[in-house]
Amino acid sequence: MVNPPIAMLAELTHRCPLACPYCSNPTELIGKDAELTTDQWADVFRQAADMGVLQLHLSGGEPAARTDLIDLVIAAREAGLYTNLITSGIGLTPKRLEALDAAGLDHIQLSLQGVTAQIADRIGGYKGGYDRKMHVAEHIARIGFPLTLNAVMHRENLDDLEATLDMALRLGARRIEVACVQFQGWALENRAALQPSLEQVNAAKGTVAEAIERLRGQLVIDFVPPDYYSDFPKACMNGWGSTGLNVTPDGTVLPCHAAETIPHLEFANVTRQPLKEIWYGSDAFNAYRGTDWLPDLCQSCERVEIDFGGCRCQAMAVLGDASATDPVCRKSPGRAALDAMLVQDTNPLDVPEFVYRRL
Amino acid sequence: MIKASDIPFLPRGVRCQFDRVRGVEVLLGPERVLMLDDIGKAVLGRVDGQASVDMIAEGLAKDYDAPKAMILEDVLAYLGDLFDKRLVECAHG
Repeated sequence: MVNPPIAMLAELTHRCPLACPYCSNPTELIGKDAELTTDQWADVFRQAADMGVLQLHLSGGEPAARTDLIDLVIAAREAGLYTNLITSGIGLTPKRLEALDAAGLDHIQLSLQGVTAQIADRIGGYKGGYDRKMHVAEHIARIGFPLTLNAVMHRENLDDLEATLDMALRLGARRIEVACVQFQGWALENRAALQPSLEQVNAAKGTVAEAIERLRGQLVIDFVPPDYYSDFPKACMNGWGSTGLNVTPDGTVLPCHAAETIPHLEFANVTRQPLKEIWYGSDAFNAYRGTDWLPDLCQSCERVEIDFGGCRCQAMAVLGDASATDPVCRKSPGRAALDAMLVQDTNPLDVPEFVYRRL
Repeated sequence: MIKASDIPFLPRGVRCQFDRVRGVEVLLGPERVLMLDDIGKAVLGRVDGQASVDMIAEGLAKDYDAPKAMILEDVLAYLGDLFDKRLVECAHG
């Protein structure tokens, strides 16, 4: 039986003033001309709510690059959706933040590239970005929006984890995601420059465990570990086509943001087919739904209902086979390939320069 | 930690809503969706920013004809968990 989705990520645009080398957008970006209109997005939101979506994440690119952002939030709230804005903060003036408040925006998730202007602007590839973000954060706090800080961590900033947690407290965040880079898309191209060392990862785990206890009831800490160092795969998307869906700027509907890296899948578009039909009936959503399609290794494993065989896009990226067990799994024959990459990443002769995300 | 004299409330960004597709009451917060069972519904239905945890337990004890001490323990555990997740906040009574 297929359950209705709970969450939808709407990539309103791929335009973004930042150029982070781990951007979750695909390496083939969609231009402004192909973006859905305000009315088309409003219709998608209504369809999503009608089929059971409860939470909407307005993302990008930078969603504030959409001049109709306020109208989109109004439409989302009218549809009855819990509306979260995922933003770098760039483009959110105090006036726009007040309009978002009046529109009923429920929550803001602010990305953090680093705890100093020097590192943050280097990672974001945008000079002055850090100072502007801090200014926006002050206004978010003044208005009283619930705030999550989304700190993306990797080799260059994982040692700043304590300072990152301090910053979340200073900005009045209720919640922080310590999100270690997952290697898809742009991040995969920059893997050798972003992969943390084992020492960094162990130190980070200790810091997180201590902080969770110390800050209980004050700051919620969600830790996404760097999965090449894990023994078992992540429960990617909580299972393919089980809980969430992703709509790209031109209306393509994906089971996860990286699904287009699986070359044999064809994805439907919400401008040509109802969202409900796509969720329940399309080949792409049914391709890896449930556990019946999994290799025997997974089907006979006691963890099958915990991680559903892990991440399809990672199996594709590392092994060239989207239906294989996620190579993170210690039981997988593919683990050797992942370990070889890890050895190569953490003993580089020359750390490569970042390939920045560009349209 | 949450105490019997505390007055719980749902902070901005957290709300209860009826899920018309699944036919259940849900609690929505940042990156969190909780489908509420009868106990959750009964407790959160009484969280109004006026009643203390103690008063909530007293009301529930009456409605369910159960010993208040036991109910209070359950309500403290239930709201304490939501408090740790920052889905409930408290004024100190």
